[in-house]
Amino acid sequence: MSEIPPELKYTRSHEWLKTLPDGMVEIGISDHAQQTLGDLVFVELPEPGRSLAAGEACAVVESVKAASDIYAPIAATVVAVNAQLAETPELINQDPYGRGWIMRLKPSAAAAEAGLLSAQDYQLLAAQG
Amino acid sequence: MPFIPHTEEDEREMLAAIGAPDIEALFDEIPPQLRVQSLDELPVGLTEFEVMQLMYARARQDGRALCFIGAGAYEHHIPAAVWSTITRGEFYSAYTPYQAEASQGTLQSIYEYQSMMASLTGMQVSNASLYDGATAVAEACLMAVRANRRAKAARILLPRSLHPHYRAVTLTAALNQGLQFETLAYARDGGHVSLEALAAHAAQDFTALVIQQPNFFGVLEDVDALTDWAHAREALVIAVVNPISLALLKPPGEWGAKGADIVVGDGQPLGCPLSSGGPYFGFMTTRMQHVRQMPGRIVGGTVDVDGRPGFSLTLQAREQHIRRAKATSNICTNQGLLMMAGTLYLSLMGAEGLARVAATSMARTEELLRALTAISGVRRIFDQPGFHEAVLSLDRPVAPVLAALAARGIQGGLDLSAYYPELGAALLVCATETKSSADIDAYARALSETLRPARAA
Repeated sequence: MSEIPPELKYTRSHEWLKTLPDGMVEIGISDHAQQTLGDLVFVELPEPGRSLAAGEACAVVESVKAASDIYAPIAATVVAVNAQLAETPELINQDPYGRGWIMRLKPSAAAAEAGLLSAQDYQLLAAQG
Repeated sequence: MPFIPHTEEDEREMLAAIGAPDIEALFDEIPPQLRVQSLDELPVGLTEFEVMQLMYARARQDGRALCFIGAGAYEHHIPAAVWSTITRGEFYSAYTPYQAEASQGTLQSIYEYQSMMASLTGMQVSNASLYDGATAVAEACLMAVRANRRAKAARILLPRSLHPHYRAVTLTAALNQGLQFETLAYARDGGHVSLEALAAHAAQDFTALVIQQPNFFGVLEDVDALTDWAHAREALVIAVVNPISLALLKPPGEWGAKGADIVVGDGQPLGCPLSSGGPYFGFMTTRMQHVRQMPGRIVGGTVDVDGRPGFSLTLQAREQHIRRAKATSNICTNQGLLMMAGTLYLSLMGAEGLARVAATSMARTEELLRALTAISGVRRIFDQPGFHEAVLSLDRPVAPVLAALAARGIQGGLDLSAYYPELGAALLVCATETKSSADIDAYARALSETLRPARAA
């Protein structure tokens, strides 16, 4: 059974979102997603400053068996990326909701959170595989 | 490993499992108007005997002409051991097996190939080969766009002195993928890309500069200056090279202050016969920092559960069978058999043998140029140093001259008028180590006699 922290929001494509005190949004992939992918060997990160449309592919997580896109859950601008992942992508396997964060976004003015899932709804999705 | 096809019983079971009445039903999605209804255009089948007769007739047409054509495919001596080895059953299969790790011998040969190509080009990593030199250039342009995220426009600078076929294939493969190409003129006196030609692009945002060394005219480019110029503008450098020439010339990994970023070319000179234009193989090497953007596959060294050394396919996660439309390439293929010929050629020749082939080819070309330019009406067009190929200007149209030479059993070179009309009556000639002084004399005599009657008239 994978861990699904109740205070976070989730997407159907298995990203999680955490709203930080300064209004920025941190995103990563869920414990369920990292388990499904297996040992990660590489993370391709976007350039800070890049603006993203909701649903736009903005990063790639690569395991020994698959390379999967990370999608922007909301319209936003990239303000920071987790540079430690370049050398230690396994942080995502070890601590997907903490040290394995992927990027921080500044939501654009019109960013809508419609379509995001609660922890409870995500649990149902993850249970279906 | 035996190949056991499925039986009719297997087919029935599989169709029943997915609920399809017959195999034809699997193609329902293709509209009838898009389907070929009959194959009337195909000729009727021939017996084995008839096919042999046809092929012997075709081979007689090819003849055994004395060949002075280069232009991207070069006649070199191939040690007999190369093809007698790779036609063994263990090697004579063009593809990496689907259960790749079960074929450690195949993987080891690819690993050795990669090691030699990385060393020859002065780069850190090589893929397991590509289709040919032209598609390798196209792949390198697409790769550069993925690797250089600083550039806003996917714009590539292509010299006009790049092999015209490489240019055409690159445009076909990449234009529909949103890339833009700008043409760099060559200097009319030297045939090289001059820094003045680059000046027009100095302020432009571009992703990569392609440099062919030697270029299509056989002329040597000032690779250090060109590389540094591109790097100063944060663009990548794609080197297109003849692998034989690298035994004498500086490897692309050492061009300029930082070296080229991606190196590609055609592997044909390494153990592949001309054989009417193919098949050949392409190669690609790069720096570790770009390895995840490199198309194709890589064989890596590893250890098994008991710590014994072995080989495995690596970086497959970005190939098309896993990554689908987002794969690093959907057009590339590994040329297993020809790559194997290249590997054997390199290992049999060694660094010293390769250097002798390169030096002898260069000397033979100098000898050829001296003999031909001694003939009235023949002169060199470009004054820059070259490798084993050069452009000559004739005092009359080239095509009839080549036809007259062909009638005497000599392939005299490539007529450039269709590719470079601005050069007038221009002929690209090449001599490798396979051409003796007697061959060169025979060519010079035939050309002299061919040109004489018109002058007398």
